[in-house]
Amino acid sequence: MEKRRYERPLIKPIKAMLPGKVGTDAYLSPVLDIDGVPIERLMREYGSPLFVFSEEKLRSNIQSAKRAFSTRYPNVQFAWSYKTNYLDGICQLFHDEGSWAEVVSGFEFDKALQNGVPGSQILFNGPSKSKADLLKAVQKGAFIHIDNLDELYLLSEVADECGERPKVALRVNLDAGLSQQWDRFGFNYENGQAWETLCKMERMGKFDLKGLHCHIGTFILTTKAYAMAAEKMARLALRVSQELNVRLEYIDLGGGFASHNTLKASYLGGPDISPSFDDYAEAITSAIYKVPMKASELPMLVLETGRALVDDAGYLLSTVLSNKRSAAGRRYTVIDAGVNLLFTSFWYDHKISPAQPYSKYFEDVTLFGPLCMNIDMIREYVCLPLLNRGDHLVIHNVGAYNVTQWMQFITLRPNVVLVDRKGSVSLLRNAETLQDVKGKEMPIK
Amino acid sequence: MKVNSDIAISQSGYVFNPQTGESFSLNPTAIEVIRMLQDGKRREEIVEEITSRYEVSQSAFLCDLDDFLDMLHQYDMLTNE
Amino acid sequence: MSEPFYTIAVTGLNAVDNPGPGVPVVRSLREAQSFGCRIVGLCYEMLEPGAYMKDLVDVCYQVPYPSAGTDVLLVRLKEIQEKERVDVIIPNFDAELFSYIKLKPDLLRMGIHLFLPSYEQFEARQKYNLADLGASCGLKVPRSFNCTSPEEFFKEKWDFPVVLKGKFYEAYVVRDKEQFSSIFSRLVSSWGLPAIVQEYVEGTEFNLIGCCDGEGRLLAAVPMRKQYITDKGKAWAGVTIKDATIVGLAEKFVAAGRWRGAFEMEIIKARNGDMYILEINPRIPAWVYLSTAAGVNIPEMMVHCSLGQSVEPCLDYKVGKMFIRYSWDMVVDQTEFAEFSVAGEKHNRE
Repeated sequence: MEKRRYERPLIKPIKAMLPGKVGTDAYLSPVLDIDGVPIERLMREYGSPLFVFSEEKLRSNIQSAKRAFSTRYPNVQFAWSYKTNYLDGICQLFHDEGSWAEVVSGFEFDKALQNGVPGSQILFNGPSKSKADLLKAVQKGAFIHIDNLDELYLLSEVADECGERPKVALRVNLDAGLSQQWDRFGFNYENGQAWETLCKMERMGKFDLKGLHCHIGTFILTTKAYAMAAEKMARLALRVSQELNVRLEYIDLGGGFASHNTLKASYLGGPDISPSFDDYAEAITSAIYKVPMKASELPMLVLETGRALVDDAGYLLSTVLSNKRSAAGRRYTVIDAGVNLLFTSFWYDHKISPAQPYSKYFEDVTLFGPLCMNIDMIREYVCLPLLNRGDHLVIHNVGAYNVTQWMQFITLRPNVVLVDRKGSVSLLRNAETLQDVKGKEMPIK
Repeated sequence: MKVNSDIAISQSGYVFNPQTGESFSLNPTAIEVIRMLQDGKRREEIVEEITSRYEVSQSAFLCDLDDFLDMLHQYDMLTNE
Repeated sequence: MSEPFYTIAVTGLNAVDNPGPGVPVVRSLREAQSFGCRIVGLCYEMLEPGAYMKDLVDVCYQVPYPSAGTDVLLVRLKEIQEKERVDVIIPNFDAELFSYIKLKPDLLRMGIHLFLPSYEQFEARQKYNLADLGASCGLKVPRSFNCTSPEEFFKEKWDFPVVLKGKFYEAYVVRDKEQFSSIFSRLVSSWGLPAIVQEYVEGTEFNLIGCCDGEGRLLAAVPMRKQYITDKGKAWAGVTIKDATIVGLAEKFVAAGRWRGAFEMEIIKARNGDMYILEINPRIPAWVYLSTAAGVNIPEMMVHCSLGQSVEPCLDYKVGKMFIRYSWDMVVDQTEFAEFSVAGEKHNRE
């Protein structure tokens, strides 16, 4: 006789104030494959935990973002934000879709060059550019986004020494009506700092002023903020053209578009409240059109969105290590992926799906990672079917920032694979070995 | 170890404990295990029966059974007579 | 059975001490002169009293909380629609309106009609946008501040007391920093960011229930003076009054924004006679039955509007009608609770 599928026995108090099982039933459908490749096979072949990226999702994301903007504006350029995810395989895919590179360090700059991006398609942002970085950027013809006056004067020295005219843009910070105003990067718009610096740059006469750049914040759920920023940037560009007689090539609105993740303080879920690319595009482009510029004079619109393009293309597959109970009887489940791999679990309630069929019975669970550290918690409250040791889970929307901000801590970092459009699987990054970590250490003499 | 005789379990797995006024829901495996307890079956017999019918190893089921019995204790549903 | 006959689903059957409007909405629908109806209750919790009121509600289904996402809600509504053939849903909670507005086209394809504001209208009257809305309609709104952390607010150096409100629900008069911080964290953990601080205005509280056709035409407006207010800030008794100034506020609001659907305005008349709008709720309030008893059946109107039928304004109401809320202990067998909690549905009448 064939044995039946087992589910462990469950007794659950019916609490009048909690949603009944119907309330959460449909919340999770099991995820059995990623783009047709069975989860079970992926984990058998590449181990657990495992990061998986979907080429299909990556390409369709960038394509729909491009469509949203270029159907509304004549000249649009995306630049891939390296810090969001700088695995070469991911970067190259975005470059293949026409994205430039947006980098914030000498290391990222080199990575972009090695990925075959010409200097003239690299935007160099950030507050920490060394003299050597600046020299390289000038020689490669990259666009250098000036963050502060020290940097401006350092660049001026570099220009004198190498006898070239650096291509520059000014990083601007502004009030976009958000409760938290990012004013630590660049020069302020409202108090005139930005304008004075532009004038100063022109007076110095050593730079080719090419653009303006701003980045209003991160995970911005209101498109109005972008509309405000875009209008201010366009007005500033117009003033530069009228008063400094410089026709700017581009305005760069940075990134910050929200992904489908759910922020911890949010009542409604991310998929419901995150604006679409069309929503952002509509707000930004219609705000630019408010500023009286001739169609032929419209600057190129640069977008550096990272998270919204890559987050939902990344999955973290994980395995249940053990079940236990808290002192008060609450279900605790320990899995093999922790905050060492999933940095973003500090601010998101990541969606988690079981990777095998399940019944209609659920329980409330606190989900912990494998680290021997109290902070290693992936979800404090999550409703999951009855999991057993060895069961698999899929953690969603992990494509942004995790494979750059992950830590080699307590354990080694796992494989990262890409499922391509034909359904074949290739390694993007090999699992670390003891030698990878030890290899950098020096014996005591 | 026996289930309190007052406790009524409906076919759908709804449990009402008239002593405490609490209600609970059970999944099918839990209903089976409670029925076996009510029939006076011993722990070893329950393990034997479940593992012969379901795809689960003895050790895995024992782990779940202990946890389940603990919960029944916590919810005042067992007596030690 | 009167003709025509509609199946109408309602939420908010939580007739508890801080009641949802579902039960009085159903009571009004039962008294509708122009149609007969079968009532389907949509419940979040198994103890919502309306689910046990057999004279009012025919059948109840559990539905997922709005925080579970619209896709999940849609799946559940599809299941329910296969059994019930619902013609109209009247959602009665602020927190769920977002989902229903979003699902409106999907629901219409399933044969379910709604009469709701647009997303833009819904957003414009959010507590955190109310100050802007007031300015655009020419209505006075107490000074307010959208607060993401207590420290941020303390920097603003306002005088206490202030009113501190959750993004969707709950409001407290707060008298010092300590109280502010503790209530702030509670509100944010329930309803997310931001919490809204409003200047505390002393005066007499009035409410107005209204309905508007989406073209700027006011279909109903019944003002009420709160006579007794519970510690949760809810009216426990109130009386319909005749006050053209208050109705005038509603006219300004609907004319400027072409509101679509029912709404409630919470108004305070300061000692100097100035009228301030404290809140505009995008749905029917819990005291709606007073309006029905005063001759203006807004839920009945909503059904016609949902179905795209033309509705004549009904602006006359009986002044001096009073409601006194009371609580009542229903007694049911625990098997009813069992049925509802295990099956997720509860059949009161065939």
